Amino acid sequence: MKSIRKPTHNFQKDISNCGLTGFISTTGKQVEGSVIIKSIALMHDRGNGLGGGFAAYGIYPEYKEFFAFHLMFENAMALQLTEEYLGEHFAIEQHEDIPTRRIAAITNPPVFRRYFVQPLKTKEYQEAIEYRKMTVEDVIVSHVMRINHEIEGAFVVSSGKNMGAFKGVGYPEEIAEFFRLEEYSGHIWTAHNRFPTNTPGWWGGAHPFTLLDWSIVHNGEISSYGINKRYLEMYGYLCTMLTDTEVVAYLLDILIRKHGLTPELAALALASPFWDKIDQLPADERELLTAIRQVYGSGLLNGPFAILFASNEGLIGLNDRVKLRPLVCAEKDDFVYMASEESAIREICPKPDRVWAPRGGEPVIAMLKPGVI
Amino acid sequence: MKIDAQGLYYRELNNKVKAAVTAGADKIELMNVNGQYFIGDGINRPVTITINGVPGNDLAAFMNGATIIVKDNGQDNIGNTMNAGKVVVHGHAGDVLGYGMRGGRLHILKDVGYRVGIHMKSYQENRPVLIAGGKAGDFFGEYMAGGVLVLLGMFSDTPDKAKHGFSLGTGMHGGVIYIRGGVDESRLSREVGVFELTADDRKDLEIYLRDYCKDFKLDYKEVMSESFVKILPKSKRPYGNMYCPMPR
Repeated sequence: MKSIRKPTHNFQKDISNCGLTGFISTTGKQVEGSVIIKSIALMHDRGNGLGGGFAAYGIYPEYKEFFAFHLMFENAMALQLTEEYLGEHFAIEQHEDIPTRRIAAITNPPVFRRYFVQPLKTKEYQEAIEYRKMTVEDVIVSHVMRINHEIEGAFVVSSGKNMGAFKGVGYPEEIAEFFRLEEYSGHIWTAHNRFPTNTPGWWGGAHPFTLLDWSIVHNGEISSYGINKRYLEMYGYLCTMLTDTEVVAYLLDILIRKHGLTPELAALALASPFWDKIDQLPADERELLTAIRQVYGSGLLNGPFAILFASNEGLIGLNDRVKLRPLVCAEKDDFVYMASEESAIREICPKPDRVWAPRGGEPVIAMLKPGVI
Repeated sequence: MKIDAQGLYYRELNNKVKAAVTAGADKIELMNVNGQYFIGDGINRPVTITINGVPGNDLAAFMNGATIIVKDNGQDNIGNTMNAGKVVVHGHAGDVLGYGMRGGRLHILKDVGYRVGIHMKSYQENRPVLIAGGKAGDFFGEYMAGGVLVLLGMFSDTPDKAKHGFSLGTGMHGGVIYIRGGVDESRLSREVGVFELTADDRKDLEIYLRDYCKDFKLDYKEVMSESFVKILPKSKRPYGNMYCPMPR
C-alpha cells in the first residue's frame, strides 16, 4: 500500500493577536488621522478583520464646551427612541450623521449619528445636582448607561468633550476609510486592531471602549471580568458591550474621576504588585499598596493585558504585572508613542529620541502640558 | 545582493529572500525593513542576511545555519526554536527571545524584554548561547532546560532600571546562566542557586564573550573587568512533587 504523507497542519495560517498603537503631542499639536492609520495598518496581521477602531482627541474644537455623543443605531426604532430621549434630557446644539464612505470591505454597517449636547435643567437634573450631589459628569454617565441598557439597538460609542471614538467590524484601515478618518485632526490618537478570542466580533465590541472622555484600547483578556463587573454594578455602571475590555473604561472613571486617584495610583490598583513584592517594600509604600489592594481588590485586573487609555488630559500605557502582552514606547520632541510593536512607531516616527519597553505593571504616563488646550 | 523591503508584505519579502538563498547568494542585504514578520525563518544554508531597519516578530525562527545581522533594534520572539546559526542585533530586542532554542548564537547588544531564553534546551554538541549586553525583564531563563544565557547589564537605554527583573530562573531545570557583576538574590526564583564559576566555566565564557565582543567591536577586557556569577537549577525536576510526592 502506498501512503501519501500529507502535511499535518496548514503552514500558511495567519497567526493573529490584537494590536494597538497611540500617540500624544504633549504641546497639543494637531495631527491628521492619516498618521495613526499608517501606524495601525502596519500591524494588519495582528487582527483578523473582526474589529478595528480609533479614539481621537481635539477633533471638535468648535464644540469643545459640549458633550459629543457618538451614537450607533442598529435599527430605526432605536434611533427614534434615542432622539426622543436626548430631546427630553439635553439641549442639542448640533446633530448630524457621522460622515461615512460606502466601501466594499464594510458590510451591513449600523447607522452612526453625533450630537453635541448639554444637559437640560429639568426637574430630574435639578434633583440630581442639588439633592443627590451629582456632578454634570455623573449625570452624563447615568444617561449613557440608560441609553445602552434600556434602548434596544442603541449604543453610545463615545460621550466626551472634544473627542470621539470611531469603531466597527473590519480591519482598522477599513474602518478608518469608512469613517473618513483622514479628515480629522487631533493631538491624541489611539487605534486598535482586533482579534476577538472569546466574545463576539460585533460593531459595539470593537475597541476603543469609552465613557465621558475616557477611552481604552486593549490587547489581551480581562480574566477578572466577572468580579470587576459586579463591583462596577454596585456603583451604577452597567456592562452592555458583551466583552471584557468595557470594565476598564468604567474602572478608570470610578478610580480617577470619582475617587480622585492619580493616574499612577489608579495603575497600581488595576495592576497591583504581588504580595511578595509588596512585602519587600519600605514601610510607607507597603502601607499604601496594602491599602490599595484592600480597598480596590475587586478592581484589580487579572489576566494578560497591554492597554492604552486616553482622556483629554493625556495618554497612559499599562501592562499586566507579568507583561504577558507586548508594549513598546518612544519619545520624539513633544510626542510620546506607545504600540504593540516598535515597527508601528517607527513607521510614523523613523528616528525617535528614545525607545524603551516598560516593565509589567509600570504605567507610562504622558500628560498634556498644562494650559495647552 | 540587495533587496528593498520598503512597503513589502512579509510573504513577498520572505519569498524574495528564499529565492535568493536558493539561487546561491551568500550575502543578502535587506534595505528599509520595518516590521515584516518571519525573516530568515527555516533557512538552512550558511548565508549572511543583513537587515537595515526593525525586523518584525519571529525573526530567525527554525533557522538552521544562517547568520542574520540586524543593524537596528529587534522585536519579539527572535530565534524561536532556532537550530543553528547566529543572530546579531545592534540594539535592543523584545520579549520571549530564544524560545526553545536548541543551537546557535543570539547576540543582543542592549536591553532585552521578558521571558528571555524561555525553555532553551541542549543536546550533546548542540548548545545554544544567548548573550544580552543590557538589562533584562522578569522571568529571565524561565523553564530553561539547557544551553547558556549571559547577561552583562552594560549597554542600556534604561539606566534607572535594575539589571534584571523578578523571578529569574523560574522553573529552570537545566543549562546555565552567567551574570556580570552579581545578582539581586531577592529576585531569584526558588528553583535556582548562585555559584562561583569553575575553571571550565571561565573557559566556556571566554569563548562566548570573545565572539560577542568581535561582533560588536567591544573591548573584551572591559567586559571581563567585573566578575561573573553563575546561576544553576537546584533540581532537574523542580515540580516533581507539585501534585503528589514522588519516591526519591
